[in-house]
Amino acid sequence: MVAGIRTVDLRKVFTSAPPVAAGTGGFSFGPPKAKGKQPKPEIVALDGISLDILPGEIFCLLGPNGAGKSTTVGVLTTRVRPTSGQAFIGEHDVWQTQVAVKRLIGVVAQRPNLDFSLTAREILTFHGAYFGLSSSERAKRAESLLERFKLTDRADQMVRGFSGGMMQRLSIARAMMHDPQVLFLDEPSAGLDPQTRLLLWEIVREYNHSGKTILLTTHNMEEADALCKRLAIIDHGRVIALGTPQELKASVPGGYLLRLRFGIHSSELLQRLQGLAGVREVRATDGNGADLYADRSGSLIAEVANLAANAGVELCDVHISEPSLENLFLHHTGRSLRE
Amino acid sequence: MNWKAFFAMLGRDAHVARRNFVALLFQTFLQPLMFVFIFGRVMVGSGYMPPSYKGQLLPGIMAICMVGTGIWAVAMPLIAEFQFTREIEDRLLAPMEISWLAIEKVVAGTLQALAAGFMVIPAAWLLLRPGVGLNITHPLLFAVVALLVALFSATGGLALGCSMQQTHIGLMFSLVVAPMIFFGCTYYPWSALEKFPILQKAVLVNPLVYASEGLRGTMVPQFSHLPLPAVLGGLVFFNVLLLAFGLSKFHGKSVT
Repeated sequence: MVAGIRTVDLRKVFTSAPPVAAGTGGFSFGPPKAKGKQPKPEIVALDGISLDILPGEIFCLLGPNGAGKSTTVGVLTTRVRPTSGQAFIGEHDVWQTQVAVKRLIGVVAQRPNLDFSLTAREILTFHGAYFGLSSSERAKRAESLLERFKLTDRADQMVRGFSGGMMQRLSIARAMMHDPQVLFLDEPSAGLDPQTRLLLWEIVREYNHSGKTILLTTHNMEEADALCKRLAIIDHGRVIALGTPQELKASVPGGYLLRLRFGIHSSELLQRLQGLAGVREVRATDGNGADLYADRSGSLIAEVANLAANAGVELCDVHISEPSLENLFLHHTGRSLRE
Repeated sequence: MNWKAFFAMLGRDAHVARRNFVALLFQTFLQPLMFVFIFGRVMVGSGYMPPSYKGQLLPGIMAICMVGTGIWAVAMPLIAEFQFTREIEDRLLAPMEISWLAIEKVVAGTLQALAAGFMVIPAAWLLLRPGVGLNITHPLLFAVVALLVALFSATGGLALGCSMQQTHIGLMFSLVVAPMIFFGCTYYPWSALEKFPILQKAVLVNPLVYASEGLRGTMVPQFSHLPLPAVLGGLVFFNVLLLAFGLSKFHGKSVT
């Protein structure tokens, strides 16, 4: 049975605990509390998220940090109790039938959470044991995953000394160890080098081809574009756009991005670039660069080169991006995904 | 209830304990056994302490070792795993009710505390002999008391481990564990507090008193000790209280 994912009007409001220094938590010797009830600060993490992810789909939640992606994953994986709304994995209500749901899902958290008291191989085999796999099956699957994730040569070492990339690979291998029907990957490629990222993408596609549902969160548009059949762009706990990458990109007016790099930084030149016809926005970037958002691309290059020459600045590099999800996010929120 | 997952987690804890066995051994026994040697052997041998002190001391040292081991085995991993490393998440996602993970931690801690308790008897006896006067007349009663003491150490570890921040570990030992040991009738019997009537009543809120006195009452019953029904009642009460408190805290930490 292949399971899909469904959420109905999910809301989550965090009431963060007052800091320890305020004299309320653990042992502290801070100033005495003020009399009367202090209102708890409320943070709305999810503000009515409704999603319907089909069985066998790779679905992506795209959004900046703090948009509510991880909270959505937390609710769907029994770790964050929603304030209201419902969440389903297949036919199972996540908060009514937690154990049945946990059997169906594999989770890769945003931060590595490997068991530091164990070796890489033991992490996989003990995980298999928690899910009731037989000893021979555990050993076989662990061996195959270690090989697939290129960890065989470090298999019997404690993971404490692993690099971030190795820990991430092992976390993903662990989530696949019990062959879950639904795989959650929360920012899986954060901190991975390009080569490992490609390996990860290949593995995710392969896993999906075996009929599994995958929910992936990212703030990397390239990743969303390369992997997902459909995606939802979320910001401030709300879905602001939903569809296939192609559909969403087509909905962006204008939307070309010219990434420019100059010999030296010149604020005056950037101001002049803003005045060119069709240019919507110019942003200075690190290393004497500028990102230029416009509704045309190739025809702008000659004009940019002319302006640079007139200002006595060398134009070193130009890169044109087609209409992208980044531009879509900018269009909807007025902010870049990277902010 | 998914017993396979439960026993797999118990297997994981046993595996980790085996791996850290030597370090655990030193951590658990070195200080109490040095205490046994100085107070029980040197000070008794040189006449500063009466010879009967040997027998009074052994149950208290056993209680310290058991409680220290249980608290350490349960609280320290929980504090670390719930905070910076988040290592516990994989086990929280196992197909089992999360309360059972807390209970598994208590079972693992209880077993470790029992192992520590039973290892301390021959070690201390070797250091103290002759004249310990060990007199276990009711082995079954002794086993029940030892089990309740071990359980108290593990439920205490659960309650502390789910209530403390990583930055407060030092305070946990200086504000909770150390006073509990010094006011826990470990180095002296409860009856020795007769001349301090207020203190003698006040220490009854300390569960370690029931642990030390219970072991005293079942290992060296010839010395005065709290009546065993009071000991059993106290230990059961604190076990239930700490388990309920620990489970509720554990839930609070597991699900946000």
